[in-house]
Amino acid sequence: MSLRRRGVVVMGAAVTAASLLLAGCGGGSESDPEAASGGKVTIDWWHIGTTEPNKTIYDGWVKAYQAQHPNVTIQVTSLENDAFKSKMATVTTAASAPDIFSTWGGGVLKQQLDAGIIKDLSVDADAIGTFTPAALAAYQIDGKTYGIPVDVGMVGFWYNKKLFAEAGVTEPPATWSAFLDTVKKLKAAGTTPIALAGKEKWPGHYYWTYLAMRTAGLDALKQAATTHDFTGPGFVDAGRKLKELADLEPFQKGFANAAYSTPDGQAALVGGGKAGMELMGQWAPAVEKDAGGGIGEDLGFFPFPAVEGGQGAATEALGGGNGFAVGADAPAEAVDFLKFISQMENQKKFVESGAGLPSQTGAEEAIKDANLKTVATTLAGATGFQLYLDQAYPPAVGQEINDSVAGLIAGSKTPEEVAAAITETAKAEG
Amino acid sequence: MTHPALTERPEKRPQAGVSPARPRPAAVRRRRLRGLATVALFIAPAFVLYGLLVLAPIAIAAYTSLFRWNGLGGWPEDFIGFDNFTRLFDSDVFHGDLRNALIIIVLSLLVQLPFALGLALLLNQRMRGRAVYRLLFFAPYVLSEVITGVLFSLILSPETGLANQLLRAVGLEELERAWLADPSTVIPALFAVMTWKYFGFYMILFLAGRQGIPRELGEAAAIDGATAWEQFRHVTLPLLGPTVRIAAFLSIIGTVQLFDLVWVLTGGGPDHASETLAVTMFQFGFKRTQIGYASAISVVMFLLSMIFALAYLRFVMRRDTQGAVTTMGDHR
Repeated sequence: MSLRRRGVVVMGAAVTAASLLLAGCGGGSESDPEAASGGKVTIDWWHIGTTEPNKTIYDGWVKAYQAQHPNVTIQVTSLENDAFKSKMATVTTAASAPDIFSTWGGGVLKQQLDAGIIKDLSVDADAIGTFTPAALAAYQIDGKTYGIPVDVGMVGFWYNKKLFAEAGVTEPPATWSAFLDTVKKLKAAGTTPIALAGKEKWPGHYYWTYLAMRTAGLDALKQAATTHDFTGPGFVDAGRKLKELADLEPFQKGFANAAYSTPDGQAALVGGGKAGMELMGQWAPAVEKDAGGGIGEDLGFFPFPAVEGGQGAATEALGGGNGFAVGADAPAEAVDFLKFISQMENQKKFVESGAGLPSQTGAEEAIKDANLKTVATTLAGATGFQLYLDQAYPPAVGQEINDSVAGLIAGSKTPEEVAAAITETAKAEG
Repeated sequence: MTHPALTERPEKRPQAGVSPARPRPAAVRRRRLRGLATVALFIAPAFVLYGLLVLAPIAIAAYTSLFRWNGLGGWPEDFIGFDNFTRLFDSDVFHGDLRNALIIIVLSLLVQLPFALGLALLLNQRMRGRAVYRLLFFAPYVLSEVITGVLFSLILSPETGLANQLLRAVGLEELERAWLADPSTVIPALFAVMTWKYFGFYMILFLAGRQGIPRELGEAAAIDGATAWEQFRHVTLPLLGPTVRIAAFLSIIGTVQLFDLVWVLTGGGPDHASETLAVTMFQFGFKRTQIGYASAISVVMFLLSMIFALAYLRFVMRRDTQGAVTTMGDHR
């Protein structure tokens, strides 16, 4: 009998030990699994190239590199924009990063640097040597480079020439008042003037940011990053101008719950010829084609109009690019892969496919699309450059701008409240 | 719970001068200690896991809720006391979250559960294809929340969605809405989707409860002249009491924690109109990386759920839980 009892005790002890062991394993799983596998190297690559042509281009790079380096396996995790950001926030908190991951520079990259999860790539970027200053700017913190740019671009209006002509608009508006007139004319002609993805919020923040660039000016935006004060008259004025636009009800029915790249989203409406225009980055034609079929020759581009009496010039561009950062613990092959994709022939192929505008001098000639050439020349002639605010500022401030501007467009927040809410968040973030 | 293998005392060794029927107090104590050690050994694995996976995270969340912290780099340092909580209680978004939860709870109790109960009683009748109906009604519950969300965002899409196309087809154009984009229709639309998703679960609960009621009771009532309604009101419903109470409990707790369906359908929008506590927590935790503030939200959610659960168990489900493990102390 006592044997039976001892058996029970031993079993209990074994279970306890096993569970402790399990718990121990949980803590230890962060150790590098690649270390033990000899010459074979696995690189984790997280990117947001979920739509064509990026999908094909990225897959092609992986195949080509793996063919050249048989010992390297590149494991791709491709995520939609917002999902990627959430997932990155989680791994940043856990202080572990994938070997290579998409970055847009700015405040998020700064946070990742502070968390010690990214590598200094200054030497490698210099070694490649052909990046344009504008392309590199977003990834430079205190004189060091922490990202390899793949493309750089800007936001502007993508419009349907046919629908504009039908509404009697002969040339794209160059001033804010002309822009409001255009919206009124389109509306009168029975066309949805502007497609907007209200559910995702970031497409809406472009309007406020561009207006702030035009009314308050680039210097004011730069200053606000350090003073955390967005209550100046220029910022409130930006809100008022946006309210003028929202009051015209220029957006599609149900825009408040519309997504960007879904079959009934913002890009699909313009790409399907059902809305007059959208304010979007240089990737817009690609996504429009993917989601809505595209409108071919009817698609045109014009930069965000000047605002009468404002501090900023119409030649100042809001934009940013895609780049890749490398995790602090990544194998050397990760950097080597980035050098590989930055080779001029790969960059040209990337540009040729329409996936993005070149980040390196010498690749411009590969742009085939007339609209993208317009964007590239506008960008080349830009007198000032502002990185997307939700990238330039810390995530909390960026999200507050997105959120408050969504409230302004929905009519629940006044321009003054928007400025105050952003200031409050910026001050709290310090 | 008196298994002989565990309760028998194998160490009964009669000794000189001591009555074999009454062991020395020291021996009793030793035996009791050994018994406790065995219990401890059995509980330990589960307790270690529970502690690591449930208790520790709760404690850590409560701790970080007192800091301004973006979740990066080691432990939080910027102690701000209860500032996160005062900021939360002042926030319009938080008030909206509570209001939305309340509306959904009231609607669930008044519409969803009675609907499920009615169906359960109906499907308890003898009829052709009963099993097929039960299966069909339960099927939505098996779908994942995300699939349900994507499905209904297509159905409720303003221009091309099935809902508005149906309304157009039957000539009810004036009832067309941008269901998920209009602050005045988003909560009813969300509730409709929730009902579609969850009524099957409650239906199965009620069905199981109904089948536990002996048929003789209904027959006896019928012989005494009770109408169908009186039978339901005075026999079936009281005997379904425990099931109804647990269904209401699950429904309310589930609403407090509602996240995935809302996230996929609306992301909490338009303009926070359909936001829930869990969505707000996610926004601040993972989008704004204000982990301290997000922790404060999670602590409030935890306290709301716990206080409600304890009060509900104590006052509403008192009779149902009598004799269960939790109240064993009174009956041992």
